Amino acid sequence: MENKELMLTNKAIARGAYEAGVKVLSAYPGTPSTEIAENFVKHDNVYAEWAPNEKVAVEVAIGASLAGARAMACMKHVGLNVAADPLFTVAYTGVNAGLVIVVADDPGMHSSQNEQDSRYYARSAHVPMLEPSSAQEAKEFVKLAYEISEQFDTPVLVRETTRVAHSHGIVELCERDERALKPYQKSAEKYVMMPSNAIRRHVAVEARDEALKEYVNGCEINRAEYTAETEIGVVCSGVVYEYVKEALPSANVFKVGTPYPLPIKAIEAFSKKVKQLYVIEELEPYMEDALKAAGIACKGKELFSLQGEISVLTILEKFNGAAAPTAEKVPSRPPVMCAGCPHRGVFYVLNKLKLTVNGDIGCYTLGAVPPLSAVDTCICMGASVGMSHGMKKATDGESKCVSVIGDSTFLHSGVTGLINAVYNRSGITLLILDNSTTGMTGHQQHPATGKNLKGEPAPTVFLDELCRACGVKDLQIVDAYDVKAVEKAVRAATATDEVSVIIAQRACALLDKTPKAKVTVKDCKNCGVCKKLGCPAISQGEHGIVIDRIQCVGCEVCSKVCPFGCLVKEEAQV
Amino acid sequence: MMNILIAGVGGQGTLLASRVLGKYAMLSGKDCKLSEIHGMSQRGGSVVTHVRIGEKIYSPVVWEGGADIVVAFEALEAVRVKHYLKADGVLLVNDEKILPMPCITGATSYPEGIKERLENEHEKTYFVSAQELALSVGNAKATNIVMLGAMCKLLGFDKQVMREAVSACVPEKFAEVNLKAFELGFERV
Ligand SMILES: Cc1ncc(C[n+]2csc(CCOP(=O)(O)OP(=O)(O)O)c2C)c(N)n1
Repeated sequence: MENKELMLTNKAIARGAYEAGVKVLSAYPGTPSTEIAENFVKHDNVYAEWAPNEKVAVEVAIGASLAGARAMACMKHVGLNVAADPLFTVAYTGVNAGLVIVVADDPGMHSSQNEQDSRYYARSAHVPMLEPSSAQEAKEFVKLAYEISEQFDTPVLVRETTRVAHSHGIVELCERDERALKPYQKSAEKYVMMPSNAIRRHVAVEARDEALKEYVNGCEINRAEYTAETEIGVVCSGVVYEYVKEALPSANVFKVGTPYPLPIKAIEAFSKKVKQLYVIEELEPYMEDALKAAGIACKGKELFSLQGEISVLTILEKFNGAAAPTAEKVPSRPPVMCAGCPHRGVFYVLNKLKLTVNGDIGCYTLGAVPPLSAVDTCICMGASVGMSHGMKKATDGESKCVSVIGDSTFLHSGVTGLINAVYNRSGITLLILDNSTTGMTGHQQHPATGKNLKGEPAPTVFLDELCRACGVKDLQIVDAYDVKAVEKAVRAATATDEVSVIIAQRACALLDKTPKAKVTVKDCKNCGVCKKLGCPAISQGEHGIVIDRIQCVGCEVCSKVCPFGCLVKEEAQV
Repeated sequence: MMNILIAGVGGQGTLLASRVLGKYAMLSGKDCKLSEIHGMSQRGGSVVTHVRIGEKIYSPVVWEGGADIVVAFEALEAVRVKHYLKADGVLLVNDEKILPMPCITGATSYPEGIKERLENEHEKTYFVSAQELALSVGNAKATNIVMLGAMCKLLGFDKQVMREAVSACVPEKFAEVNLKAFELGFERV
């Protein structure tokens, strides 16, 4: 029992990397992938870091691999879009020591802006992809991924989905396979991808693909489980395998461990032993299309949706006619900005000034929900900056738009948009909401926090200096809790034709532990203004507003918006 | 096989409760899987965590109509997820009301009479004033452990092993308070 642990799959992935002798890990946070880096860094004899974005993370991992150390990069599904550029070409160069990229998809969009299916990246980049179903498998698959990477000279993708990433299972621990650096050998033909070399490497990629297509048919992680109790066969992978085993214990099952390349021959042999073949997969008909293209008849998306998650129940419904119990309609409980969140006052001002707000991705996206209702758009990390520039250009500068971005997101990909706005003169106004952390994903460090992934002191990138270096002349720094100062700054910034940046500073309320006097109500006039803040500590009582003492952190943003001075600090009350 | 669904509001300690149950499974030599959602849903939104304990567990997620017990840390959340219960399942509810934002803004109102309705609808319904009990031992944060105490009794779990699991999962200096909270929950149902 000693060496067994009930472990989060993401921790098991980190453990697998550790046991595989991985020396360098680079990642950018993103739910549901974040805990991989956070757990890996706790091991001895390893290096791990937060990169400013996923493209950098993959490039760091490539460098480490070429230098001879096993390396890993981790990200959520949309992060792979950002890192797609290096991915498609490292597919050509191959590796020196093993290189694994972990990508976490989010069917059902528990914490994401889309539900793209990253299996297509594997297919179009011609990079093998492994997909575990459980924590124990995740650890094993990661180790196998390094073997495949080195044996076939290729980066390897490991895909997980939210239900795998954020589930716990019992994991058996093994020793670390400590590995010496593999010597680096200069080889321009292999590592300098200019056309003459890349043309030849593309041939090598195709040859590797053929070899992998053979390999996967005999690979133990692709396996048929026959029961001979029914005539149906189900092809599935990832967490859906677990659902199928639960819902259809008597079905014959083909468990796919390598979504790319798919073990087509092995599945074909399986299909011949069953009467009706089904493919049960979340999101796109990725496996189904491939099987049909190979001439293997099967049913899939005519039964299951392209959207959201599959569950034990949806499978029972389709196969056993089980009736789904209906949920009762009750008031929804959407996520909200925390009491004391420094973003709140800023959105109150933007809403009041009736500006068009190009938002970005982070806790501040919650500025879109009532009653603040201040955010107009949210596309992807960094988009707020470019979009305001586009709106200004389309309206000859008339658009009353501003951009709002978080500190982590600004460093991720907002800064390039700002350079563009300066260079191409659009006169946008950019508000950087600097809460000194990557809040949304659970408080990770980033280059402007002064600390690294381990929590050790690190050199700080100063956002104001960075903006000035980009050519911004009009820059204001305000306290995000000082609603009046924020309003004044926004009015001034939007009045000029120059690119202007406002950095609204205040640490995330969940991190700032300095005790502050709570706010209390005195002779409430029931005007309702403070309710427009959408603070979870403020609610309507019978005789006016009530403040929940447990939730209130004393930010006093409500005191600043109350037109009658009825919301006061507790100590100020006699 | 035991399928447990824990529902609550972000910040109420549902994750810790599921970790304690995971520890209980490990100490009992059983297979176990837990499933939880992090991220967006933490910010004061509804949260559910799933715990499955048995000889061999496949799905980490409990399905609608498949839960042996639903433990709700808040009354409205009990109503939201009660369809996860098996017909003869146990519904254990913390008798506490936390207003969601649409009720705070007045867009909609918090349903009245949840307790009476659930007790009428479902035979094995138990309401416990867990927060009050937790406060009585001096720590509102131990609400989740009070609920675990009640749950331990209702499901006939091995009490000594559960106590061990609680001690193993909370910081040492809070172990005593939490064990007191556990006992109060156990006695209450
Ligand atoms: C390409 C990409 N990578 C990662 C994420 C996950 N993610 C969502 S918001 C966010 C960062 C939020 O930090 P910050 O901008 O500082 O705002 P805060 O949440 O602290 O307000 C991250 C990493 C994403 N949505 N897209």
